[in-house]
Amino acid sequence: MSQLIYLDYAATTPTKPEVVDAMLPYFTENFGNPSAVYGFASKNKGVITQVRENIGKTLGTKGENIYFTAGGSESDNWALKATAEAYKAKGNHIITTKIEHHAILHTCEYLEQQGYEISYIDVDENGIIKLDELKKAIRPTTILISVMFANNEIGTIQPIKEIGEIAKEHGILFHTDAVQAYAHVPIDVEEYHIDMLSASGHKLNGPKGIGFLYIRKGVKIRSFIHGGAQERKRRAGTENVPGIVGLGKAVELAFANFEERTEKETRLRDKLIDRILKEIPYVRLNGDRKRRLPNNVNCSFQFVEGESLLIMLDMKGICASSGSACTSGSLDPSHVLLAIGLPHEIAHGSLRMTLGDETTEEQIDYVVDQLKEIVNKLRAMSPLYEDFIKKQENK
Amino acid sequence: MYSEKVMDHFNNPRNVGEIENASGVGTVGNAKCGDIMRIYLDIDQSGIIKDCKFKTFGCGAAVATSSMATELVKGKTVQQALEVTNKAVMEALDGLPPVKVHCSLLAEEAIHAALWDYAEKNGIVIEGLKKPKKDIHEGEEDGEEY
Repeated sequence: MSQLIYLDYAATTPTKPEVVDAMLPYFTENFGNPSAVYGFASKNKGVITQVRENIGKTLGTKGENIYFTAGGSESDNWALKATAEAYKAKGNHIITTKIEHHAILHTCEYLEQQGYEISYIDVDENGIIKLDELKKAIRPTTILISVMFANNEIGTIQPIKEIGEIAKEHGILFHTDAVQAYAHVPIDVEEYHIDMLSASGHKLNGPKGIGFLYIRKGVKIRSFIHGGAQERKRRAGTENVPGIVGLGKAVELAFANFEERTEKETRLRDKLIDRILKEIPYVRLNGDRKRRLPNNVNCSFQFVEGESLLIMLDMKGICASSGSACTSGSLDPSHVLLAIGLPHEIAHGSLRMTLGDETTEEQIDYVVDQLKEIVNKLRAMSPLYEDFIKKQENK
Repeated sequence: MYSEKVMDHFNNPRNVGEIENASGVGTVGNAKCGDIMRIYLDIDQSGIIKDCKFKTFGCGAAVATSSMATELVKGKTVQQALEVTNKAVMEALDGLPPVKVHCSLLAEEAIHAALWDYAEKNGIVIEGLKKPKKDIHEGEEDGEEY
């Protein structure tokens, strides 16, 4: 297979040609500032409103509750920092989990420096939040619960509805980072009692640099970026019209074939998992087998280190990612893999492959065949494997 | 991010394997940090390193530095092998990214550990050789199986 096999859709996705086509006129002919009075520019206001409405529909809410941002990280920062500020009279306590994306965790660390108290809830061995711990962590001063919809590394989908109910019962705001989940699993903000939700365009075949934050009506968070009356005075800055149009097109396409796409991904995902577990010894699947994103596979190959695995896969034209320390620039492997209880050496040998709608069955077969060879090669080189085999022989 | 030489030694590592009844074996690093190197030395009566093999669990740089280190000590005397520093390994590989410099230190340590083992087995003292720092199995429990 000479062409590139891209299995890192959770990192980013290619922008669909239809999306690019939809965006292009908004760079050139329709470049006008939506805030302007003259006709050709103010038309863009209507275009933005239409995208807002369409996105709102996909979440079971009104368009006016959708606020465009520069992406998932901004949405997460906004939701947390602005909630902390707006509700500080009520309290200074926020609950989140140990497996959040760094856009949440690092924002929480920042808030801790500002005097806020954060509880980081444990997850079980599959990465699912412990609801009893969540309930126990609630204090009279708790102002926000932020739990990611689905994990970016191990794909585990959280019991969002249950968490939403707990939050509602206690009168606490509930934010969810749905960057990996939006347009990949069905979400209804009313059914799940979600007060705020972050999403990003480039995870669903849209452009980079555009995302949104859903804010339930009545949530009193203020502007995070000051300087203009855009986004109902809540997010200043001339609207990224091409980005918004691109996001809108990507959402339209993603929801037009939602079931078909996720069913196909799920089938290929399960085939990939089944073949790996069956054909390669000493492998562990990370994350919940059933409650996982349709496109996520994450395995640990014992006695093998992740970066080596990635380089060898790259040589075969396969793009994937790892939770190994060597790929992060620190000595510690991924916080998510450690939080689900993996020993360091197993976490170092993790491999994440995330599928997209262009992934084919042939690619999956090719990847498993290559993976078998590469893992064998690396194990033949591994002193850990040598020790393990010798120990087995002496038994 | 890696030089061509590093990639070459990673893809076609020299001297991978074990030496049975080796004159000296040294293992350094630990699985926790994600790097373990083991070096086997075959040293003859006159103190010349006739053969050298390695096994490494680690990133691309760890494999490449192990491979290069074995090349550099092969055919050398014990004293000359002591002079194969991490700097020498890095230079021979046309450099390493800053975050990977520790891999070359590990290679130097692994050679020293193997030489120490050789010295102990033969009841000799190698001038300038210090006792290697760590043993990977120290305080470690048996690995779980999946």
